[in-house]
Amino acid sequence: MRDGVGMTRETAIGLFLVAVLLAFPLVASAMGEPFYITLATRMAVLALAAVGLNVALGLGGLVSFGHAAFFGIGGYVAGILASHAFNQEPIFSTPFAFMGSDRMPVVWLFAMLVSALVALPIGAISLRTSGVYFIMITLAFAQMIYYFAMSWPAYGGEDGLSILSRNTFPGLNTANPLSLFAVCYGLLLVALLVFAVLRDSRFGAALLASRQNATRLAAVGIAPFPVRLAAFVISAAITGLAGALYADLNRFVSPSMLSWQMSGELIVLVILGGTGRLFGPVAGAMLFVMIEFVLGGITERWQFFLGLILLGVVLFARGGLVGVLAGKVRHG
Amino acid sequence: MAEPVLSIRDLRKTFGALKATDGVSLDLRPGEIHALIGPNGAGKSTLIHQIAGSLRPDSGSIRFLGQDVGELGVAARARMGLGRSFQISSLALEFSALRNVMLAVQSRQASSFRFLKGVMRDRSLIEPAMAALERTGLAPRAHVPAAELSHGERRQLEIAIALALGPKTFLLDEPMAGMGPEGSRALTAFLDGLRQEAPILLVEHDMDAVFALADRISVLVYGRIIASGTVDEIRSHPDVRRAYLGETA
Amino acid sequence: MSTALLIEQLLNGLQFGVMLFLMAAGLTLIFGVMGLINLAHGSLYMVGAFACAAVAAATGSFWLGLAASLAAAAAAGALVEIVVSRRLYDRDHLDQVLATFALILIFSEGTRWLFGSFPLYLDIPSALSGAVELPGGARYPLYRLAIIGVGIVVAAGLYMLISKTRLGMRIRAGESDREMIGALGVDIRTLYTVVFALGAALAGLAGALVGALQSVQVGMGEPVLILAFVVIVIGGIGSIKGALIGAILVGLVDTLGRFLLPKLFVAFMGPSQGTTMGAAIASMLIYVVMAFILAFRPRGLFSANA
Repeated sequence: MRDGVGMTRETAIGLFLVAVLLAFPLVASAMGEPFYITLATRMAVLALAAVGLNVALGLGGLVSFGHAAFFGIGGYVAGILASHAFNQEPIFSTPFAFMGSDRMPVVWLFAMLVSALVALPIGAISLRTSGVYFIMITLAFAQMIYYFAMSWPAYGGEDGLSILSRNTFPGLNTANPLSLFAVCYGLLLVALLVFAVLRDSRFGAALLASRQNATRLAAVGIAPFPVRLAAFVISAAITGLAGALYADLNRFVSPSMLSWQMSGELIVLVILGGTGRLFGPVAGAMLFVMIEFVLGGITERWQFFLGLILLGVVLFARGGLVGVLAGKVRHG
Repeated sequence: MAEPVLSIRDLRKTFGALKATDGVSLDLRPGEIHALIGPNGAGKSTLIHQIAGSLRPDSGSIRFLGQDVGELGVAARARMGLGRSFQISSLALEFSALRNVMLAVQSRQASSFRFLKGVMRDRSLIEPAMAALERTGLAPRAHVPAAELSHGERRQLEIAIALALGPKTFLLDEPMAGMGPEGSRALTAFLDGLRQEAPILLVEHDMDAVFALADRISVLVYGRIIASGTVDEIRSHPDVRRAYLGETA
Repeated sequence: MSTALLIEQLLNGLQFGVMLFLMAAGLTLIFGVMGLINLAHGSLYMVGAFACAAVAAATGSFWLGLAASLAAAAAAGALVEIVVSRRLYDRDHLDQVLATFALILIFSEGTRWLFGSFPLYLDIPSALSGAVELPGGARYPLYRLAIIGVGIVVAAGLYMLISKTRLGMRIRAGESDREMIGALGVDIRTLYTVVFALGAALAGLAGALVGALQSVQVGMGEPVLILAFVVIVIGGIGSIKGALIGAILVGLVDTLGRFLLPKLFVAFMGPSQGTTMGAAIASMLIYVVMAFILAFRPRGLFSANA
């Protein structure tokens, strides 16, 4: 029996991982190895994207195979705003001239807003279906946006869009890798807090119930659809924010951020770490980036082995890394 | 006579060639327990689904608290005060018994879009939920995940959840199913006291419970009500005997 | 715009639709009978294409290559079913998605390992390399007509199989009640392997046929897979008839859309803007149609009560 007081094993492991994620780039910085700082930043950003998906998938049980749509939208928002700001070309001129922006907080706001606005109709249509239909439809919608980005030359089309100078954050030199890491890490912590609060709230209770037994939820008088839609939109906004950060990190955005491979990668991040667990995305992102880095250093065909590992995890190690380390979930 | 709480008129539902509900009319009056019995395949489940809102009738009307609820979905009817228990327990299995009941309390307080306060520290949710669990005798098992509850305990939990809704009507679908004699007796006594709070439409196979509890009984056979009346009237009704026992009765 | 051009595009749409049908039929069968969502179906398409190209290059005969593609895809399908899929039937959809996604990685990288990163080339067999006169004066490739023909034959064959044979009966029974046919003594495990291999063979056939039109390369299967998903969502999961109608619909809408929309937009927006806008909208068109159909029929047009 657990009522939230005192440290559980799961929380301890999670906090440990979060601390390692912080220590890693600090050590790298001290040792003068900026590459590893960038690696850690990549981990933090992917973890953030996975926290977003975890809201819909982990809490709500909504298997969205199209979350790359929001990741990519966030990235393109960042890219478009930056390129207009750089070129001093207005995005639109009435009712006032909007020249884009290269200020991170502005970019983040727009990334989250646009992602949420796109998620609304997609969710409204997709959530009327369930099971495999939902999976396929979310995949299809993401593909639609992917193909659109590929064939829209104004923002690079297939070749993508470069962000020539990194967006700014008040008080920090964002070109400095460690500063950028700090920003991304900070946002990740905020997102984790949001996730925890959401999960423990009345909304979270309704969402968790909608995953376990939607019939029961309706029978007590709570309609599942609005709850799921809200979760889907919130989830999209968080993943969109991560997309903006990702584009800023790489100083580049391309349709590949919208691809089905990216959607699959996001699901992998959540599963590897442990679906529905608070710190699952952090564990999953760290594990994934490490595998990519270590295996990728050994062979170009590292994805073959990633596939084998994934297959093994699905067939044998259900519950992901956090599940294996911390045991079964207790909802209390 | 007071206005019936639940009023069903000429309800019809056909699946292909099968007339599952063939012109059913039924009333549930305040303060009563109205039992619905009938042989297997009579269409009791289909009728319950239509009253609860998970199945749309082809024609006919359902009035609840004086309002036509035909256009309302399951959740809306539940919010109006239609408390339902399921024939096959339908629970959030990962949640504890307490959290299952807290969902109903949360719904009654009409506040699922609250994002900030943690539910496990929310006394306005926990206290009413524990009260409902106390009434059904499940308080000692409050923190046990529903998946780990015994069959009888799950039936009790279903009732507790319905109670926590503070419903204006109970729609109980075979609550005694799978319970041993002890459990059935306890539940029968419990339901007896419950009728004061809200009338009960009770679908049951357990004839002891039905004859002990019911103020009125309606008999459903092949989608039609073939008889409706008091316990004594039904017991001696020739059509009922024929339906249950065959021509030789 | 000439009739000849329009007819040519219509036939192209039909040919594309046929190819999608081959993919979708297998997918919908596998889902209908085993309840499995199989993302690796695109990999089986690719296996068929590679087997055909490799054998055709080695022996000089497209026909041997075609036979090889069917055999290789069916074998790969059977292997996947026995080693992986059968552990997934009782799992939830998330696990199925993830495991079959892992299979995509394994197949893709494995193929790259074997064949390298460069595409293989497959030539149209000489017997089918000519062109046919169409009404209106156009000349249409015989090979593409042959593909349409293959599609008709396969559709008819599947119809015969499902409605007239014992295997078909078992498939239909399996679709409506999985547990029951096991209880009735039908050898479920073999049935499932056969169904999976059949679906795989159809995918491999599609891959081989298209391989001669486009190049054979790793990753060729996934875009087709996703479109096949759109097809079965529109047609209704579990319905072969739905797969056929959905596939023809998608094939025609997509092909005609890409042909007509740019012209339409050019009329309003001038040549440069119009072409871009038209092409961009055309690439999204089929998904918009899907969304529209789902708005009215969330379970597709011919849902088989999945």
